[in-house]
Amino acid sequence: MKPCYINSAVSISAQDTLNDSIFLEHILSFEGKLARAIHPNYKLFISPIASRRMATGVKMGVAAAKKALELAKLETPDAIITGTGIGCIEDSEKFLNAILDNDEQYLTPTSFIQSTHNTVGAQIALTLKCKGYNVTYVQGAASFESAILDAQLMLHENEANTILVGGTDELGKFLINDIILAEEAEEHPILTPFGEGAHFFTLSSLKQNNSFCVLKGLKIFNKATTETIQTKVEAFLKENHLIPEDIDAIILGKNGDAFDILYQSLQDSIFKYTPQLHYKHLCGEFFTASAFGFWAATIIIKQQYIPDVLKLNSIDKSGYKNVLLYNQLKGQQHSFTLLSSC
Amino acid sequence: MSQNRVAITGMGIMSSIGNSVEENLHALLNNKKGIAPIVNIETRHKNEIKVGEVLQTNAELSKILNLPEEHNYSRTALLGCIAAKQAVKQANIRDIEAFKTGLISSTSVGGMDLTEKHFQNYNAESRRLINSHHAVDSTEKIAELLGITDFTSTISTACSSAANAIMLGARLIKSGQLDRVIVGGTDGLAKFTINGFKTLMILSDTDCTPFDANRKGLNLGEAAAYLVLESDTVVKQENKTVLGYLAGYGNANDAFHQTASSENGEGAFLAMSKALKIAELNPIDINYINAHGTATPNNDLSEGKAIKRIYGDSVPDFSSTKAFTGHTLAAAGAIEAVYSILALQNDVMFPNLNFKTAIPELSMVPITEVTKKPLNYVLSNSFGFGGNCSTLIFSKGL
Repeated sequence: MKPCYINSAVSISAQDTLNDSIFLEHILSFEGKLARAIHPNYKLFISPIASRRMATGVKMGVAAAKKALELAKLETPDAIITGTGIGCIEDSEKFLNAILDNDEQYLTPTSFIQSTHNTVGAQIALTLKCKGYNVTYVQGAASFESAILDAQLMLHENEANTILVGGTDELGKFLINDIILAEEAEEHPILTPFGEGAHFFTLSSLKQNNSFCVLKGLKIFNKATTETIQTKVEAFLKENHLIPEDIDAIILGKNGDAFDILYQSLQDSIFKYTPQLHYKHLCGEFFTASAFGFWAATIIIKQQYIPDVLKLNSIDKSGYKNVLLYNQLKGQQHSFTLLSSC
Repeated sequence: MSQNRVAITGMGIMSSIGNSVEENLHALLNNKKGIAPIVNIETRHKNEIKVGEVLQTNAELSKILNLPEEHNYSRTALLGCIAAKQAVKQANIRDIEAFKTGLISSTSVGGMDLTEKHFQNYNAESRRLINSHHAVDSTEKIAELLGITDFTSTISTACSSAANAIMLGARLIKSGQLDRVIVGGTDGLAKFTINGFKTLMILSDTDCTPFDANRKGLNLGEAAAYLVLESDTVVKQENKTVLGYLAGYGNANDAFHQTASSENGEGAFLAMSKALKIAELNPIDINYINAHGTATPNNDLSEGKAIKRIYGDSVPDFSSTKAFTGHTLAAAGAIEAVYSILALQNDVMFPNLNFKTAIPELSMVPITEVTKKPLNYVLSNSFGFGGNCSTLIFSKGL
């Protein structure tokens, strides 16, 4: 695959990642099980009339997308590709409650209209009047990576020159409580809070003045075990002409549950002497939380600096050229993402 | 784009007009529609709507899959698993991972049919069912059933979802990333969707009448359909029978309104134009259009205008099969892909049922009877909320 240049990276998360000028310096901690996003002043991005109708995820998504375009000085991308695991759960819940509370009567369409998973991608297209390629992926914890994979394929095959890619998930108010109850009943439940956020990036096939990072490789797969994961990562690196020693930092999607053994098996073996990083204690666990990891990787490469709060071990490198991300959820929806300096 | 051809070697389908490809073809050739009053869902709107429902209950569908009694399969997952299994069977795949094989599914509401049952009362059962809500759940279950451990993805672009799944599958084969990919979509009926479309006032209380001047709206349907796409290499190595080829595809956004299509059908026009370009065809090469044709006042006028922007007054033969199946939302693009291949295989065009009067602004008259004609290229449209417009072009197998 041809390299994909990354020209802007924007994070709206439970940390103040949109406004904080210093990379993860002022860390917020959470009380309870939820890590709700720190919201920007949406008036800067969305007209008040449009904003009133938008649920949290749509607002976060549109704002992050607009900021990513602004930073890349890109007016209209050739394609808009988004990912979301839970979709527009706020509006889905609103409509579902209305159906159940009133026995299918006195319903209005607004929340239904905005409940479809593609609402964020659609609202961005509508705001930008962008008529290009537009797809939304809903592959659980690999939703964001599916969007990135599609973008990589488009750039590789010259189907587009500039692409806006992002992932958005909102917590909602009801289903999340059931999800937490179900999770707590597990023997080894997720230990990080549940979070939300929107992360957007602009990608281009050609290197631009503002390009600061390259997406080299990406692999999505559905199944792996502690026995197979090492072989898989080595094969992935080989495809990208690298060996484990070439990786300057590995960013792991650890959340404290039983499936962390997949990460641990890599930490204890081929990446034993590699700087090991985690991030879900900062942004919470959600389907597109891996986009927070992706965002952090791009900033590490740009600034050549790793904040202590991300570190799992005390190993440092003199420079950070190749950063590898590995994420999975409950032993499914695995992804490897390789980012490099350019 | 790289020049690998994308062959279709297997198809599977569950719809209101049949539980197999053969049953669907038989119904299409004999004007047997699947539109009827709703049976499996208790809704207060049951006397005001007609739907295209798969008649088997969840228990009956579970039996086909030999599932244990206490499972967590949504209706979306049940329909999807059965249809995907049929597709793999027809493609005569013995060792699914003998080639680089992926799965790309699609759904709009995922397991909403289960969620709406436990949403307001969490208990031990909801704990078992909760993960079935997510759109990825039916895909995971299909992957598990078929033994696919590698690339798996799910798309949700409302009513164009399956068309986009087919498109991504084709692009991954063309670029050599995959040798084989099972693509399609699944959506079970749910109170959520019924009430959603009801509030938009686009549900017809009678059999829907696509492209008719007096159309009153759509009939909702449920269905699942999957196709096996394979590269030239696999076809040659395995000496596969090719049912048809995917010749072109296009995706564009109408960028007009969250739910309504633009008056001049801009998104639809762009999607069709892109698909023709990828297929390296002139508009005149298309022998038959399987239109999106939902029978809503907005869609049919907008789609008709888009077709006329490409064809002027020489519009090719066209019809919408929605009056057979209802609008099956995320699955629609896949079931109509199956119908497009069946049309090519049998050199036959399927009727647009219930049509009487042309829309005055369009003067377009669809095919209203089963019509034999040599077909080389069939174009199929799928459009959805959010302005998502997609077009696929299929060509004859060898």
